[in-house]
Amino acid sequence: MFDWLPQNVWFSVGLKVFFALMMIGAVMTMAGYSVLAERKVSAWMQGRVGPNRTALPFIDYIPIIGPFLRKLGIFQPLADGLKFLFKEEIVPGHVNKFYYYLAPLVALVPALTTMTVLPFGQMYWPDGTTSILALADLEVGILFVFAVSSLGVYGIALAGWSSNNKYSFLGGIRSSAQMISYELAMGLSLLPVFLWVAVPGAQESGLSISGIANSQEGAAWLFLVQPVSALVFLIALFAETNRLPFDMPESETDLVGGFHTEYGSFKFGIFFVAEYAHIVIGSAIFTLLFLGGWHFLPFMNDPWPANWIGTLLGVGWFLAKTVFLIFFFIWIRWTLPRFRYDQVMHLGWTKLLPLALANLIVYVIIVTLIDQSNSTPF
Amino acid sequence: MAKTVVLERKPLSLSERTYLPQIVTGLKTTFSNMFKPKVTLQYPEEKPVIPNNYRGVPTLVKDPNGREKCVSCQLCEFVCPPKAIRITPGSVPDDQEDREHVEKAPQEFEINMLRCIYCGYCQEVCPEEAIFLQDQYSSSGYSREEMVNNKQKLYELGGTLPDHHYKWDKKKEAEELGNAH
Repeated sequence: MFDWLPQNVWFSVGLKVFFALMMIGAVMTMAGYSVLAERKVSAWMQGRVGPNRTALPFIDYIPIIGPFLRKLGIFQPLADGLKFLFKEEIVPGHVNKFYYYLAPLVALVPALTTMTVLPFGQMYWPDGTTSILALADLEVGILFVFAVSSLGVYGIALAGWSSNNKYSFLGGIRSSAQMISYELAMGLSLLPVFLWVAVPGAQESGLSISGIANSQEGAAWLFLVQPVSALVFLIALFAETNRLPFDMPESETDLVGGFHTEYGSFKFGIFFVAEYAHIVIGSAIFTLLFLGGWHFLPFMNDPWPANWIGTLLGVGWFLAKTVFLIFFFIWIRWTLPRFRYDQVMHLGWTKLLPLALANLIVYVIIVTLIDQSNSTPF
Repeated sequence: MAKTVVLERKPLSLSERTYLPQIVTGLKTTFSNMFKPKVTLQYPEEKPVIPNNYRGVPTLVKDPNGREKCVSCQLCEFVCPPKAIRITPGSVPDDQEDREHVEKAPQEFEINMLRCIYCGYCQEVCPEEAIFLQDQYSSSGYSREEMVNNKQKLYELGGTLPDHHYKWDKKKEAEELGNAH
């Protein structure tokens, strides 16, 4: 990939570290601005204006642009972050200190680890070859994502337990129960996708995220081919990221603040960022799996040239889809009320799981029929 | 008598039981809400319109001739439920021509805004129409002392309101015509 660069172990390690830092920067920035988007979009949907006061000294004095940015609340995440950083750190006396401090880290680390296998574009090299832009383009990327992202629930359960608070404890319990119920449906909903992509003779590995994304180039996006899978996956994604209508661990109306009731200042901030990082990464995964990743539109070849411009446009297009999905998450949150806890369990076990199973069986039959007739789908 | 119609509740259809069409409708509603005009008021820059009969901070008013109307009868002090008003009565000096026939005036008039409950009884009870709860709705201060409005402050807040009676003019006129009252 980097043949033109000096071949040195330390240099390539340094390069990887640099890329990793850039990726962390990008995802964390997106998480921060998702918080702003959440506040702004919720305000607009409720006939309000949203944060529009924060201003940076010099930028605010630029005519037109300065006030425009201030009205958009562009600097609000900065102010929020600083507030979290400088607030007094209060640790209640009744908590289990070790796990209380550990929990936010356990919540944040999986959220940030999943992004290592997240491809975000395709590099077109001058010699005509292409390579995937990702920190590590694993052959089994999607399995890695599932394995690691599910660990995030430990942070929530741990926070709920170590807080020694009934509300927090209920939040943690609900979170783990919800995670178990929806993880199954989520995994099952993706099996037809792997089956579809990994037909005999296909070049890509059916479990590689970039392979799945690339298989949708110039063909039908997978949500058109497998709408039920996409729907079940999307619903399970809402549950996995603890977003309304499934935000059982938080459910502020019945559990005060849920698992983070006893958390304040920066530790709360970490939970907050982890939650939004999950949303960002979940949106990116859904984009890659069902919305064609960095490819233009279904049934259309990428209109951009196969050079560095095409690379940038592809990444931009991927980001645009991801941002739209983040907006969709927010949009759903301010449209649907929260499900009751038993309804969540009911939906997960008696509706989504059988639906995902039936969907799998149907696609097994379809894929087998197609394979038998020796034709490749689409 | 209107006849009660009992509507038959039909069983939900399959599409209704998935809730998905309903969710789409809800999404449409929230999305269209994003582009409706906002109802928020940018408060310190934009002030709300205060209706005429608003009960704001109690103030003392002067009549159009610039004379203070309060005669320190202390009715408001007596009626005030939280005892926020304290009046020190005083007499009007004889040498003030424009205040002839006015018998008394408050020497000091204090309303403690930390006690006031904005009930408006003082305005209701005042026989001279001298105290009004006007459109002032925001009062703040850094100390308790600052929150006690004295006479000067009360007149500043109150200003002048139109007067229908000109009681003291009438009294003067009547006396000049030989009537005692």
